[in-house]
Amino acid sequence: MVNIEINGIKLEARDGAMVIEVADEAGIVIPRFCYHKKLSIAANCRMCLVEVEKVAKPLPACATPVTEGMKVFTHSPKALGAQRAVLEFLLINHPLDCPICDQGGECDLQEMAIGFGGDVSRYAEGKRVVTDPDLGALIATDMGRCIHCTRCVRFGQEVAGMWELGGTGRGEHTRIGTYVADTVDSELSANVVDLCPVGALTSKPYRYSGRPWELVGRPGISPHDCVGANLRADIRGKQIMRVLPQEREEINETWLADRDRFAYLGGRSAERITAPMVKRETGWQATDWDSALTFAAEGLKRVLDVHGPSQLGAWVGDTATVEEAYLTQKLMRALGSGNVDHRLRQVDFRDQEQLPAFPYLGMAIADLERLDGALLIGSNIRKEQPLLGQRLRKAALRGGQIAFINPRAYPFNFPVSQQIVAAHNWVTEVAAVARAALALAGEEIPEGLPEAEVGEAHEAIAAALRSGEQRAVLLGNLAAYHPAQTELRAMAALIARSCGAHFGVLAEGGNSAGAWLAGAVPHRGMAAQPTAVMGRDWRSMAHEGVKGLLLLSTEPESDCIEPLRATQALKQADFVVAINAFASDAARDYADVILPPALYLEAAGTLVNCEGRWQSFEGTTPPPGEARPAWKLLRVLGNLLNAIGFEQLSITDVRDELAPALAVGADNQIPWRVPAPPSFEGGIMRLVDYPIYSVDGLVRRSAPLQQTRDAIAGAVYVAGATLTQVDLGGADRVRVMQGEGEALLPVIVDEAIPVGCVYIPAGTTATAALGGGFGVVEMTHA
Amino acid sequence: MKQARGNIDLITPESCAEIDRWISNYPADQKQSAVMAALRILQDQNGGWLSHELMDAIAAYLDMPPIAVYEVATFYSMYRLEPCGRHKINVCTNISCLLCGSEEVVAHLQERLGIKLGETTADGKFTLSEVECLGACVGAPMMQVNRDYHERLTPETIDAILDSLQ
Repeated sequence: MVNIEINGIKLEARDGAMVIEVADEAGIVIPRFCYHKKLSIAANCRMCLVEVEKVAKPLPACATPVTEGMKVFTHSPKALGAQRAVLEFLLINHPLDCPICDQGGECDLQEMAIGFGGDVSRYAEGKRVVTDPDLGALIATDMGRCIHCTRCVRFGQEVAGMWELGGTGRGEHTRIGTYVADTVDSELSANVVDLCPVGALTSKPYRYSGRPWELVGRPGISPHDCVGANLRADIRGKQIMRVLPQEREEINETWLADRDRFAYLGGRSAERITAPMVKRETGWQATDWDSALTFAAEGLKRVLDVHGPSQLGAWVGDTATVEEAYLTQKLMRALGSGNVDHRLRQVDFRDQEQLPAFPYLGMAIADLERLDGALLIGSNIRKEQPLLGQRLRKAALRGGQIAFINPRAYPFNFPVSQQIVAAHNWVTEVAAVARAALALAGEEIPEGLPEAEVGEAHEAIAAALRSGEQRAVLLGNLAAYHPAQTELRAMAALIARSCGAHFGVLAEGGNSAGAWLAGAVPHRGMAAQPTAVMGRDWRSMAHEGVKGLLLLSTEPESDCIEPLRATQALKQADFVVAINAFASDAARDYADVILPPALYLEAAGTLVNCEGRWQSFEGTTPPPGEARPAWKLLRVLGNLLNAIGFEQLSITDVRDELAPALAVGADNQIPWRVPAPPSFEGGIMRLVDYPIYSVDGLVRRSAPLQQTRDAIAGAVYVAGATLTQVDLGGADRVRVMQGEGEALLPVIVDEAIPVGCVYIPAGTTATAALGGGFGVVEMTHA
Repeated sequence: MKQARGNIDLITPESCAEIDRWISNYPADQKQSAVMAALRILQDQNGGWLSHELMDAIAAYLDMPPIAVYEVATFYSMYRLEPCGRHKINVCTNISCLLCGSEEVVAHLQERLGIKLGETTADGKFTLSEVECLGACVGAPMMQVNRDYHERLTPETIDAILDSLQ
């Protein structure tokens, strides 16, 4: 530690800290544009010039390390003079267009100009004219306002891991942009909007729609992945105008993924309904709550009376809040049915009895960046949990050995020590690493571990998992979708155990952990307690049929991994209640009543993230029209069905009931079991994932997100050699058959897909008619 | 994906060999240090200028993001990013040359070649450019023709230099 003085205040500072860091911690304001605590130091704007005793010239506070006895003056005449002069230079080429600039009112430059600027410009010459590049659907540009702080450039390079924006040319001819016309495609791209200290990069969807002084910022939590990013919704009147990150160092730092930021726009979809709707013989009718809820309750009652409770079930979306999931399972169980499930993207439930209380990361999110070694099994972490990918990237750049075993090679934006592509023989590849790990540990091979040839790559992965301080084996989303999830999980845990590494799960839904703890699984109640009635998982319900179904915040035609089977089960059911904000054509087809709930940000709730952190939030704005918080709808349904325990008056009452779940931890101990993996014989193997902007109904309806390059179209992605193999070379459309379903899909030749496989994404309308996820497909001419 | 759009087949085997020699001067994990040499080599290979495709090829060859190559190529005036004549004439108009008469040099060159600064003659022989200080103030006014410096210029010496070029 060193002792310094800033403006006469004695401060203790860390060795090597920059003056600006020490000042920030002490709450002493130093103006700046290019400095940002999460980015490298560029020291190119010169706005933070300060006076240092015994130094002739003013020094940039962001690039001046503290030294013992240093005396800094941030407001002395010399410092102020330097800051004023810098500002005058920065304003030379800056347009005086604040009244039509979206940054107006929250602009660092505008504020500095008020604080340090002169009231009359001495600059009478012509200003620089710059063209504005089109960077895509999310970022609007006005590059004439750019002051070349290069925060956006450094963000791409250092944080997003995709160096897309750069500073080309030099001196007065410097331009920030992509140089060759191109969009900015990083999944974290819109953070540059927050970073830009002027109005050069602004939010395209929010453009010209509001002024910061009209907005009220209210906190919220993002439900689109298991991170639980903290955000701030800016509200004007009753409308959400935009979403910004809320700084939370241990979760999302200062960032937000584009998905978290722009998903709210899905709420403006034309399919959104704001009044309950009932299907009568004459067609769909908007109605009032009383008749709709009575209609729903009567329908469910009829099923109960005629077919008994075993024919009643509930499917819960994995973005639903803990309270909603809890009340849904409570209702089902009060009616005598254990048929409740939220794992709609999974097909393999063989090991559900042995699982921990909830899918747990096995560590804190912030610990990811301190990993020295990691093996991710079935994960495209960068697109699935962008902010966790960003953490892992930091670990990799620090020298961490990050390895993947994936069904196909994904492009990562950090150094990957090994990526084993295991399209057909995933279980064997993981078994090979397990064998290598056990050999290194000198442990016995447990009964039933599949035979596998151990190669150099497997040994290298096992060795990396044994060296260094912090290591982890993480099970990703692709493993969750796979029919051999049980085997993959058991072997992942075995590898972790024998290497002394953490075992963790990257849950596939935004509130998977919360849904488990709330009891939205057929075999466990709230807080992982045993249940009186063992229910059926969603897949058994879909395959064996149920007569009455309650859907909570899910669209099975897109969310379920077996969309065709799911919609058929819904159509065959006698009565379907959909609590969903959107009335899609599919929902109008299978549902009998649609009850519009408040969307996230419109109602209070709680989400549990992958580290087991409970985050409660209030609604930021009232829901539109007649839409009501889903927990209230469930509560009234409970009353109408004479269920016991539905007297809650506020969401706090629901939370009080959940208190036992709060205390439940996950030990992540997965006992060994003898695997019996399914085999895939013959035919072409379908590889599947949910593309980043197809994960839930809100994201799928966010127009700007759907215009990005990451919005992956429903198509067959296949290597040329595979097409030739099945005599379809050169075809631009093919008929794909999987299970009982088939679809006509465009072909996109992609040599990154392993030969003998096709990649067909889930979660899209085009692929909704297919019979499953991972599995064998047949292809013929269109 | 963005990282990989360049086509390294645009680099001739001779250029590859030359770039590889430069790469070998640097630590194995820092081959991007050869970017300036690579840009020069490909500029020569391409008749004096660099296309986007060639810069992308360098990016792919040196395993760096294309934008990083563009940043370097646009920063230095020695790299030309548009087609140019067989002979590149760079006239210094910075302070020392200005004081010693670079304005007359520019005027004479423009009149003699019939083009303005930044233009190329119709026969594709000469491209005339204005550059900042080339570090030859002692011989001001000066110009650089291709890789040669010519100092203490007068209309007569300029004519002689131009006449000597094919």
